[in-house]
Amino acid sequence: MLKRVTSEFGEKGDGPAHAASDHRLVAGHAGTSVVDIRGLSLTYEAADGPVYALSDVDLQIDEGEFVSFIGPSGCGKTTLLRVIADLEQPNAGHIHVNGVSPSEARLRRDYGFVFQTPALYPWRSIRKNVELPLEIFGLSKAERRERSDKQLDLVNLKGFENKFPWQLSGGMQQRASIARALSFDPKLLLMDEPFGALDEIVRDHLNEQLLQLWRKTGKTVLFVTHSIPEAVFLSTKIVVMSPRPGRIIDIIDAGVLGRERRLEVRETPEFLKIAHRVREGLRSGHSYDD
Amino acid sequence: MTIDTLSLGMRPAPSRKAARLWQGSAVPVLTVILVIVALWYAAAVAMNWQGVSDAFARAGEQRSTSEIFLATLEQERPMLPAPHQILVELKKTVIDTPITSRRSLLFHAWVTLSSTLLGFALGSLLGIVLAVLIVHVKTLERSLMPWIISSQTIPILAIAPIIIVVLGSIGITGLFPKAIISAYLCFFPITISMVKGLTSPDLLQRDLMRTYSASSAQVFWKLRLPASLSYLFAGLKVAIAISLVGAIVGELPTGAQAGLGARLLAGSYYGQTIQIWAALFAAAALASILVAAVGLAERLVNRRMGVRSA
Repeated sequence: MLKRVTSEFGEKGDGPAHAASDHRLVAGHAGTSVVDIRGLSLTYEAADGPVYALSDVDLQIDEGEFVSFIGPSGCGKTTLLRVIADLEQPNAGHIHVNGVSPSEARLRRDYGFVFQTPALYPWRSIRKNVELPLEIFGLSKAERRERSDKQLDLVNLKGFENKFPWQLSGGMQQRASIARALSFDPKLLLMDEPFGALDEIVRDHLNEQLLQLWRKTGKTVLFVTHSIPEAVFLSTKIVVMSPRPGRIIDIIDAGVLGRERRLEVRETPEFLKIAHRVREGLRSGHSYDD
Repeated sequence: MTIDTLSLGMRPAPSRKAARLWQGSAVPVLTVILVIVALWYAAAVAMNWQGVSDAFARAGEQRSTSEIFLATLEQERPMLPAPHQILVELKKTVIDTPITSRRSLLFHAWVTLSSTLLGFALGSLLGIVLAVLIVHVKTLERSLMPWIISSQTIPILAIAPIIIVVLGSIGITGLFPKAIISAYLCFFPITISMVKGLTSPDLLQRDLMRTYSASSAQVFWKLRLPASLSYLFAGLKVAIAISLVGAIVGELPTGAQAGLGARLLAGSYYGQTIQIWAALFAAAALASILVAAVGLAERLVNRRMGVRSA
């Protein structure tokens, strides 16, 4: 069933890239880079001179990884994610997403994007919101229904299908938006500070759920945050960034924490060590500024 | 069981509802109506006084103040009719006259209503089409907008006769020219509100569509149009009232055989102030009904779209 659907989405002319969205390849140990960025730069022209949003960024992300981007505001972490999603255009450098350009990857629907706010359409029920991308891709009603059922179940929103967004809490709305991003089974999940507006208790809870979801689906997740504990808790890899110019100053491997994590992992020495290194990185980035 | 528990715990629902109504809007609404009616009577007496006393003087009759006072409220052609005179006229022309008669106010209201509705339909269509074009074609915003705005700066009283005459010269008369005047007036608020509505989706909502590589038609049907509906209804409510004004204005220069505009015109020719006011009341009632109908349509759409009730 999944195979068939995959081929449906693959109509835009791709071969091997989509074979990987088959669920048998869980928890990617494959070596191919899902995201390959070399010498990427992006400059805005502002009224008072150019803004160096990204400067000479190099980054390789493997399949199945959970990569967090952390840094103070203005460090370009959101911009980098938007470049990968083809929502911003770089001025220089090379970038490949699943082996093709970001715009090709977008056209063949390789990624799902979760924004800072749930961005649910208020006139659609939760189910209809989750089915929105499927409607756009032209899936049959029965298939849409089946997929929205499955995704809403996955994010624990069963029973809320016919509610409208305003009837749900902020955390539930964001879960619905994650279900929407996953509904068409993209290889990549791009998340831009998805839990930034939520309180810490809800955020902890959603972090645990997100990890479970990641383990179950085997997606590659790119996750922008400004919370150190969140970044360390979730990630296999943490990219520390710094502003003016926006650049990567450290890439930390957090694989040592394993893939099965509970909130208690945050008390362990390994966790604290990684968190310390992230903090050091952020501090050195700031000292550059002063 | 004490009296207290009876009155507190076992009060039947209807009386509680009535009580809430009483504490809520009923008192202020009634107060305002009473104040307006009282002011009206005072104004009617004051404005008609001179005419009444002059008439008595001309007839060489000597009348007391209280007789003059009563007479100011019973004139045949008063400067300002008293409310009860208008009500009597309304009863006579609405209830006591068969609807097919040319003396029936309902007959005239129907004539005006039909051109209002046709004009409203044409104006809405034009307004929506213009808004869609303006939102999707950048150059049209700059080239069309000045014309749209200047179209509304021309007094409708100046342009209405031109429309009637021009259309009349090519053989189009009756309902359609009046509807054109209605449409000319009412497309404007619809265009303005619809442009606002179609551009209301925020950056993230639009980015979301871009991540799906949605076509502009899909963005229109699934994002822009549903997002614009609440704006559209605000525009429609204004437009339907203006559309009625347009239909009435359109009835004035034709020499007006029928319609509320014709009643107003005939009333002013013959100094029938009561008839003028009765027609004004009919127009106001018609406007309220039309605006309420749009409001009802809005509520039905809102319910379908899950809008939180206020």
